[in-house]
Amino acid sequence: MTQLDRRPADDRQATPLPNDLNARELARWSWRQLTSMRTALVLLLLLALAAIPGSVIPQEDIDSLAVTQWRENHPNLAPIWDRLDLFSVYGSVWFSAIYILLMISLVGCILPRLFVYARALRAKPPKAPRNLSRLPEHASYETDEDPDDVLARAARTLRKRRYRVVRLDGGDSVDAERGHLREAGNLVFHLAVIVVLVGVAVGSLFGYKGGVIMFVGKDYGFSNNLTQYDDFAPGSLFDPTVMEPFSFSIDSFDVNWITDRENPRFGMARKFVSHLDYTTEPGAKTQEYDLKVNHPLSVGGTEVFLIGHGYAPVITIRDGDGNIAQSGPQVFLPTNAQTFESFGVVKAADAKPTQIGLEGTFYPTFSLGKDADGNLSMPASAFGNAIDPLVSLFAYTGDVGLDDGTSSSVYVLDKTKAKQVMKADGQPFRMDLRPGETVKLPDGLGTVTFDGLQRWNKIQISRTPGKLVALTGVVVALLGLLGSLFVRPRRLWVRARRRDDGTTLVEVARLDRSSGGDPETGRDELDAIVAALRQDREAAP
Amino acid sequence: MTDLQWETLSNQGVAAAGVVYFLALLAYAVQWAALRDVPVRQAVAAGGGAPVLEVEDEQKADRVAMTGRLGVLLTAIGALAHFVALVGRGMAADPNRVPWGNMYEFTLTGTFVVVALFLATTNRWRLSWLGPIVVGFVLCVLLADVLWLYEPVAPLTEALESYWLVIHVVAACIATGAFTLGGITSILYLLKARSSKETGYLARLPELASLDRIAYRMHAFGFPVWTFGVLISGPIWAHQAWSSYWNWDPKEVWAFITWVVYAAYLHARATAGWRGRNAAILALVGVATLWFNFIGINFFSTTSQHSYAEGAGQERSVVLRVAAAPVEAAQEVRVVVGPDHAWA
Repeated sequence: MTQLDRRPADDRQATPLPNDLNARELARWSWRQLTSMRTALVLLLLLALAAIPGSVIPQEDIDSLAVTQWRENHPNLAPIWDRLDLFSVYGSVWFSAIYILLMISLVGCILPRLFVYARALRAKPPKAPRNLSRLPEHASYETDEDPDDVLARAARTLRKRRYRVVRLDGGDSVDAERGHLREAGNLVFHLAVIVVLVGVAVGSLFGYKGGVIMFVGKDYGFSNNLTQYDDFAPGSLFDPTVMEPFSFSIDSFDVNWITDRENPRFGMARKFVSHLDYTTEPGAKTQEYDLKVNHPLSVGGTEVFLIGHGYAPVITIRDGDGNIAQSGPQVFLPTNAQTFESFGVVKAADAKPTQIGLEGTFYPTFSLGKDADGNLSMPASAFGNAIDPLVSLFAYTGDVGLDDGTSSSVYVLDKTKAKQVMKADGQPFRMDLRPGETVKLPDGLGTVTFDGLQRWNKIQISRTPGKLVALTGVVVALLGLLGSLFVRPRRLWVRARRRDDGTTLVEVARLDRSSGGDPETGRDELDAIVAALRQDREAAP
Repeated sequence: MTDLQWETLSNQGVAAAGVVYFLALLAYAVQWAALRDVPVRQAVAAGGGAPVLEVEDEQKADRVAMTGRLGVLLTAIGALAHFVALVGRGMAADPNRVPWGNMYEFTLTGTFVVVALFLATTNRWRLSWLGPIVVGFVLCVLLADVLWLYEPVAPLTEALESYWLVIHVVAACIATGAFTLGGITSILYLLKARSSKETGYLARLPELASLDRIAYRMHAFGFPVWTFGVLISGPIWAHQAWSSYWNWDPKEVWAFITWVVYAAYLHARATAGWRGRNAAILALVGVATLWFNFIGINFFSTTSQHSYAEGAGQERSVVLRVAAAPVEAAQEVRVVVGPDHAWA
């Protein structure tokens, strides 16, 4: 079929390297190779291929803890992976190389086509080929009308069908063309892809994303500057002075728990709402906002998201001298998202005579679960809501990792230089505390009190400049795409010639220039045009 | 009706759809059996659109026409039951919701779209020859869906309660349906290109150029919808729920890969040496990445935030992550959100 054999005009060809080239010719040849459609195709496939490793290997900027764990499990492979940038595929040199080459290829392909298109816009529809009946879609009929009348009507009919129509003086044909929007759409699409890339690049260079765990309550506040974040991932050109000076505190936090036991999601937390009090800048009026999942708070160009929540038992450690060595809510991280069984540590660096560290589990609704033998002996949380909270802790003494000045996580107890506190019988000393209860540590080390329960919210804050540029780009790209896929460029010619016997032969031919054109639609249009030409004749007196 | 009744109705709908699709498959089988040994008329090629089912023998022609119509009718009835099953899933939840909460429901929707698109285009584009394949494919996928992916009706997790869910998932499912039909047509293209028989199914398919064009139109429809679904509505929603519009989450990566492969397919159709066979192969690569992303990736990656396919017990591993992380790395806290935040 013609559709498959015809070489489209937009197909730039890659060619083998000729032998005798000077530098300029070589550059020209290389540029032509890079901007050929075949190279673009190969680069597209390479891009798809190169994206795969990032979906299988843990990525540093997505889940750095998974990366750390992977490194520990594969000590031999990790250095190789590191050298290949496999832990940060999407920022790696080779991934960037592919998409930058692709963009160059795209620009190199699109720019010349822009000029071609500009010329085509001004150009008149091409003159009718000599032999219209050689075109795949053609029709003809005889009439006794004057050729000029036929051609005038043809021009009218085609204009009505939104063709651009030209009738040369003294010519025997009407030349018409429509569907320029296809190439326009194509160009718009490719240019918009570049806009999207620029928008994304701006966001990742100048933006930032950070997280903070905040206790619920007016006593705890957050103001937007670097020191207040628990984790912070800035873009490489990020400038801290652009950070909006807002601040907020969480007035209260509501959760609904599904308590219906028939429900397959029994125990699931739903409809969490953080009631925020915030000010957009110091001294501004305090406003309220109900922060929910899917409903971020926007302050200027920055957005505040609620992405998680959990419990913080308030624990007080008194040392051997009876002084308070540590007191306050401690963030425990849920290890089970359904029951909110959580893990956490408490460190008392100032305790005398020795530092004290606690590590253990918090159960919002304490119950005993079945162990491997089916006995009810495993402590567990039955429900995420704090109905019968209990915290179960082991104690450590010695250096709990606060002395040497290196940064240490508040969520992990470094036990390398610490000693576990034992009971007289040699078993580890474990304390199970309900709110209000106090336990005495052995050997006069001190006491531990579970004062009560506090809640925390994990708040994510991000500023992504350029996101509207990217969004606009992708929307425009889609519109361009629609044009390039569904507008069908076509040419149409009508020729009327008086023959020797006095009748007029009218020939109509149509040329579909898209690659997915439907022959039937083409025939239908041709038939409709021929019918219009003849019907007018019959209708006229 | 109570929620339980809706759920039962949904399950019965799936069963009924399965049975009716099977009957439709039988009807098509009878139809094609009748055509088995009849050589294809040579004249057909001239006209462009091949009358695939043309037979000289009048009695046979009647049988072919009748069973063919029966097949389409049964497919339509099956689709109706399929639709009832979908509605039932949504109505069975409390509160009522769109039936797109887990893999079982996504697959149910995806297969429905395949059938619906087939029914919508079969007359216009003369796709009667696609009937047996579509019904057979949908039947197999539904069977797998019920056997391995079934989950009881449950309310949506918090992050899914967004109207972007509707927009994003509808677009993704429609594109999946169109790409699947395009993929099937591309397979048939490749098979027919290799076959030189003069009788039988492959011989009666429309000529290669026409198969290529039908495949292209399916893809040309699916591609913008996919673009909208994964590159516009997906990022907008991701931005609202996860605070950044593109996270290189495994599901996103594969959606991107699918997009790139289909972009390559569209370019290939305009490149000498890639047209026809190579383009068809690219379309198959595309559909493979699509379905791998739809179902497969959930079993390969544990870090995906599109984690609706995870069972309970997934959270456990996170304990180790926190505890095993060295001191400095744990600085960046991973707050465990598990299934209740298991955003899709």
